[in-house]
Amino acid sequence: MSSHATFREVNQVRRKVDGIGLVTGTALYTDDYDVHEMLSAKVLRSPHPHARIKAIDASRARALKGVHAVLTWRDVPRIIITEAGQGYPEPSPYDKFILDNKVRFVGDEVAVVAAETTAIALQALALIKVTYEELPAVFDPRDSMKKGAPVLHDEPEWKIPIPVEMDPKKNLCGRADVTIGDMPKGFAAADLVLEREYENQYAQHVANEPHTTISYLDPNNRLIIVTSTQVPFHVRRIVARALDLPIKRIRVIKPRIGGGFGSKQDIVTEPLAAALTMATGRPVRLQLTREETFTSSRTRHQTIIRLKTGIKKDGTLTAIEMDALQNAGPYGTHGLTVLTNTGSKILPLFRCENVRFNAWSVYTNLSQGGAYRGYGGTQSGFAMNIQMDEMARAIGMDLPALYKKLHIRKGEGSPVFAALGEGAEGHPMTIGSCGLSACIDIVAREIGWAGKRNNPGTGRLRRGIGMAVLMQGSSIPKIDMASCSIKMNDDGSFNLLCGATDIGTGSDTVMAKIAAEVLGVGTSDVIVFSSDTDITPFDVGAYASSTTYLSGMAAKRCAEKVADQIRAVAAEMLEEDAKGIVLRDGKAAGSKGEVTLGQVGLRSLYEKDQHQIAAFASAYSDQSPPPFAAHAVEVEVDTGTGRVRIIRYITATDCGTAINPLLCEGQVEGALLNGISYAMAERFIYNEKGRLLNASFGTYGVYFTRDLPEIRTFLVPTYEPSGPFGAKSIAEVNINGPLPAISNAIFDAVGIRLRKPPYTPETVFMALRGRKEK
Amino acid sequence: MKYALNINGRPHPVEAAPGEILLDVLRREGYKGAKFGCGQGFCGACTVLIDGQPVNSCLQLVGLVEGRTITTIEGVGSVSKLHPIQDAYLDAGAVQCGYCTPGMVLATKALLDRSPDPTEEEIKRCLDGNYCRCTGYVKIIDAVKLAAKRRNGTR
Repeated sequence: MSSHATFREVNQVRRKVDGIGLVTGTALYTDDYDVHEMLSAKVLRSPHPHARIKAIDASRARALKGVHAVLTWRDVPRIIITEAGQGYPEPSPYDKFILDNKVRFVGDEVAVVAAETTAIALQALALIKVTYEELPAVFDPRDSMKKGAPVLHDEPEWKIPIPVEMDPKKNLCGRADVTIGDMPKGFAAADLVLEREYENQYAQHVANEPHTTISYLDPNNRLIIVTSTQVPFHVRRIVARALDLPIKRIRVIKPRIGGGFGSKQDIVTEPLAAALTMATGRPVRLQLTREETFTSSRTRHQTIIRLKTGIKKDGTLTAIEMDALQNAGPYGTHGLTVLTNTGSKILPLFRCENVRFNAWSVYTNLSQGGAYRGYGGTQSGFAMNIQMDEMARAIGMDLPALYKKLHIRKGEGSPVFAALGEGAEGHPMTIGSCGLSACIDIVAREIGWAGKRNNPGTGRLRRGIGMAVLMQGSSIPKIDMASCSIKMNDDGSFNLLCGATDIGTGSDTVMAKIAAEVLGVGTSDVIVFSSDTDITPFDVGAYASSTTYLSGMAAKRCAEKVADQIRAVAAEMLEEDAKGIVLRDGKAAGSKGEVTLGQVGLRSLYEKDQHQIAAFASAYSDQSPPPFAAHAVEVEVDTGTGRVRIIRYITATDCGTAINPLLCEGQVEGALLNGISYAMAERFIYNEKGRLLNASFGTYGVYFTRDLPEIRTFLVPTYEPSGPFGAKSIAEVNINGPLPAISNAIFDAVGIRLRKPPYTPETVFMALRGRKEK
Repeated sequence: MKYALNINGRPHPVEAAPGEILLDVLRREGYKGAKFGCGQGFCGACTVLIDGQPVNSCLQLVGLVEGRTITTIEGVGSVSKLHPIQDAYLDAGAVQCGYCTPGMVLATKALLDRSPDPTEEEIKRCLDGNYCRCTGYVKIIDAVKLAAKRRNGTR
């Protein structure tokens, strides 16, 4: 089945099923929960990038009226954990205590206070006296593994639960070295060999809702955690470990979430809030300030990529050698997996027989890396696409033509899929759907490629166009699992419960539409409830572009099981064989007649052979089918000031079947503008002591409406055979395009290559001046 | 201290400390549609209308809004009867996580009440104080245009 005409709910525009609560402001986010007698928590943070805590005197803070608890490293279980919200066993090092006697970056946690009010909690923080022994710090990942570099993790408890190469004594917290083919032979066969270095900058997700957790004890003395998370089941498991509590004692509730983008894939505020509740017996609320979300939550990994490529004059790629040095920051959350994805999310995109990926993730005393939309694909898509532009120009080939010659196609595999997985080897995969050539044609046409390329004009303002092509994945093969349950009600409506974690992505709507399509009802007949570890079946959560593909698959299978049960009841009612019965328009129709689903529901619950029509289903995949995208952008560069203006930006994305086209476009546009502001303005500015100087909306660089360029979004339909109704993912891929596409466009305009974003007026101006002086 | 506030067209006396922030008072009184995003007046998640004008309630002292008209998202529409702007936001696909949406809807209302047929530039200027990371603003601007079109079409 590949014809869209056959879809009734899927691929049709429907309102978000949770939309009314969101537009009226009535939907509850974590901070909107009213809990009686709740204490307010505040965290004391390290002023030093690297120091040992010699002494903490909290007596004055504890004596302050209204203070209920002050916890330091002496007051919490000394259990090593990782805060990475990944499946078990996590491919991230266990290198963190919820509070430690050592601090590893400016903003690290030293102590936490629970008090009657936030004002009292802040007063108490000021009364805690900490004596630090300052230690030498390392800020540049190039220095981390040098002999004599400060060692961040000397704790004997440090461990990595999977067999991979890491060495905390050398600050090494991730390693990959994969070679396919014969590199010397590949470079020898090239007409042109190019070697360049790229370096992306730190960035923060800047979800509108800051990390927030509320914890309390319920009447059965169980620990309830309401929290702004992408990964409720991982929160439950990791908090249980950190506090040495049985998993069964913890219930994690995911309310509405105000965006995540990866920052809420980790356990950030949950253990400290929970520890305070355990210490006081009282409900506790811990919400990060905006400044803390910048300094002390998670960031995009800064990565230095050295890329060496060989190409023939006809455009055949003969060798790709990518070295990546990743700055993990002080704790290795997601370092290894972002590192391997740096290779695996771009290297398979271009046909090449000789490929090497050689990479290191290292600790430094700067901000903590984590999951961020794009997950390594941002870093490598940036390097590879700029290199492709430079190579295309060098061999005299048009960039779109080179992309179309080289990109992977339906029916093809890549040895990279098997060689590089999530921190370890991957799994072989054959591409089941690819609309990238069509995407390239659309963006080239819409940007006016043929007429505008190499045509910057004269004078102070020069125009240029650039392009990039991208891929991501859809879930982590053989690791991720999603499940859901559906029960039928007496009016023919359904309750769908899922662990799939709608954090604003629209996944509740996706789940409803997929189930509705199978059950022959309207999307509004499927009532979705997502994410409560006591109530909903397991799902790894909202990450790795997995929800539509994998959770959607679980919804489809579950609905199919329910549909079978409906057909069985209807068959009895209609006195005919179940096989011929079709569910459509809220009815079960056979050859002899039809009954409504309401009649089926009533009969099954009240009338004959009573039973609950219901099912569970899980989904798991050995594939991670990539969505593909092409980007084209036109810029105008002011050669007098270095200011770059984005004139228009065109994207075309192949996400298979768009389950909800408007939401898909929204995913594209949100990822795109995040990528554009990252390319143009977002950055972390540190002082020489590792303190972040621009931890606020006003100084960091996110875009508002007045910064918005003209954006046009195209969805290119394909049909992914392994996905639910042909769907692949869409959430991440488009954040990876602006870094290279805009750089390529700036080159087209003024002939300078920018390989170290953001492309601020200062950067561009200095590059232009540097060229003149040469 | 007691403050005589007027919220969503009704007198609403509140007990608050002098110098308390309006956002905190509103949330305590149950107007949870106003969100905390930064506490510094940058993101607009806490937007309310004061005498029809969008204001960051995180920077507003409660004592300064006595006697003025405060409109929160709860005063714009309800789950049983959406305001046409809220319908437009849903129909245009302008809502993702929803955290910015109350502020966006209020800023949109202030704009359309003043300028029923705004240009794209005007829309961008008037929503510029409201941050959204999810949508890239494209569909939010579509929603404002759709709301304006529907409003003008039904006149």
